[in-house]
Amino acid sequence: MKHNLILRVVSKFLIPLIFLFALYVQFHGDFGPGGGFQAGVIFSAAIILYALVFGVDSAKQVIPPSILLFLASLGVLIYAGTGVASLMMGGNYLEYGVLASTQLAGQHIGILLIELGVGITVMAVMLIMFFAFAERGRQQEDKKS
Amino acid sequence: MIENHLSLLIVVLPLLAAPIVAVLPNGRMPWSISTLVSWAVFAMACIQLINVSTGSVISYELGGWAPPWGIEYRIDAANALVALIVSGIAAVTLPYALKSVEQEIPKHQHSLFYAAFMLCFTGLLGITLTGDIFNLFVFLEISSLSSYALISLGKQRQALTASYQYLIMGTIGATFFIIGVGLLYAMTGTLNMMDLSQRLPELYEHRTIHTAFAFIMVGFALKLALFPLHLWLPNAYTYAPTVVTVFLAATATKVAVYVMLRVIFSVFGFTFIEDTPTDELFMILCVVGILMMSFYAIYQQDAKRLLAYSSVAQIGYMMLGIGIGSALGITATLVHLFNHALMKGALFMAIGAIVYQIGSSRIEHMQGLGKHMPWTFAAIVIGGLSLIGVPGTAGFISKWYLVLAAIEKQHWLIVIVILAGSLLAVIYVWKLVEVLYFKPADESGQTVSNQLTSRKEAPLMLLIPTWILVVANVYFGFNTELTVGTAEQAVKLLLPSMN
Repeated sequence: MKHNLILRVVSKFLIPLIFLFALYVQFHGDFGPGGGFQAGVIFSAAIILYALVFGVDSAKQVIPPSILLFLASLGVLIYAGTGVASLMMGGNYLEYGVLASTQLAGQHIGILLIELGVGITVMAVMLIMFFAFAERGRQQEDKKS
Repeated sequence: MIENHLSLLIVVLPLLAAPIVAVLPNGRMPWSISTLVSWAVFAMACIQLINVSTGSVISYELGGWAPPWGIEYRIDAANALVALIVSGIAAVTLPYALKSVEQEIPKHQHSLFYAAFMLCFTGLLGITLTGDIFNLFVFLEISSLSSYALISLGKQRQALTASYQYLIMGTIGATFFIIGVGLLYAMTGTLNMMDLSQRLPELYEHRTIHTAFAFIMVGFALKLALFPLHLWLPNAYTYAPTVVTVFLAATATKVAVYVMLRVIFSVFGFTFIEDTPTDELFMILCVVGILMMSFYAIYQQDAKRLLAYSSVAQIGYMMLGIGIGSALGITATLVHLFNHALMKGALFMAIGAIVYQIGSSRIEHMQGLGKHMPWTFAAIVIGGLSLIGVPGTAGFISKWYLVLAAIEKQHWLIVIVILAGSLLAVIYVWKLVEVLYFKPADESGQTVSNQLTSRKEAPLMLLIPTWILVVANVYFGFNTELTVGTAEQAVKLLLPSMN
């Protein structure tokens, strides 16, 4: 794909917009359609597009696989940790209402944190899967050549 | 604070441990954290069982939303007992895991292995404690997906095929279950089990409810490997790493049997089941299953596979109790659930100790090993006696109750089948004992390369957990206060009409 000028220019133009849209879906998920899962998938789609056009190696420089495993775990921890935080503040598990001074503000913070955890994990896992499949094909090509 | 949130912490603690363990460097840290977590969960499960042993029910509202709208955890004697089994087996399996995993699984996968183990643990506990039927599905998926990964880590290449086979069958099972739940939701508009049980009776005649019931039954019959839907089980147990086989054999199918109990008696109610051919069907399948699978077990050449077929037969005993459907029958099911976890755990651990020493689970490679590994051999003998159901072991108690239940309902054929199944168990247990003790050792050493050097007793790290389970087998053969007492308490809640 190295010589495909149109693809390179268009995707360079598109990738930031995809990131932006992912963040919009992420942080608008509490009032509108969307949320962590969709945002995570869109976010990873931008990086997958980058990998398709510029090569898997350069994509790995953007997000090294070792960080991805860390991010995947971090998301789950944020999710479970939000529940523990509400336990600590005197509510039941995942009872967002106690997280802030008023019930409404607490619900808002709670769902944002949960969706953030979901978003991070989904993004990381999508990329881990993509890299795993991309690696597999390349290993076989190496064996052939 | 911990008192009030106990039932939830049991599920959340391993869930928190999983991501932490996954990012730790490979070494002993992942193992130590997992082990500590399993011990803490076991302690909490003990306290929880004491709390509900008087017949009270704990209800925990997740997120502070009142049921039936929010997810509710509902703990009574039945699921407190199953949670105790799951956490107890994890608490003895993990110390065993250190040596066994070091040998069987490549070092760079250790932390991920323990993370998957913790996730599987979370899933099984979640299925057990939740009172919401959709939440149950979510935990079912967590435990299944992680167990597919765990099984595929086996040393032999067949582990991948075995895991894939389980993945396909398990996914069909889970899909059937969720189709059933969807139909129930469409008819009643609720997912809370208690709420379902109140709304279902007026819809009993409706065909959709019958369809939903059929889907849920077939789905879980696949997950618990009820004959003839057991095809995934022998391969999965044979090729999985030893620790995974021990853990899954002692817990995963038991949890599925518990779900069956819960759905049949708490959600639908036994009056509904009696109008359908389900109970007769269970009895026929179990009778055929017990006899056929015991015969299969006799002809196996691999010790793990032999025990796997015996597991399918033993699941038949558990489901027989449900099929009989009397108070005694369910008591027998719950008690056998507990006791079978102990005996299969002990046997798979002992076989695992042999595999650790000689690197093979083929029976012909084990000739004469009993003299070199006396403690392992003794564990197999006592575990085998318990599997047969000899008085003085745990296995006797559960078969005794099952026979009583069958006699009470005058099912004479079932009584004969239970006794015949025990006789067949004598044959396959004897097959192991004979090879281990009475066959002369094959000193040529040609079968397994390192056989001659490793013909000695297994390390203590493997023997101690094995013997904890062996001693438990004998202890619960004499003291039935915990098992039978709790089971009778649970039956009062599951079958309110009979008391």
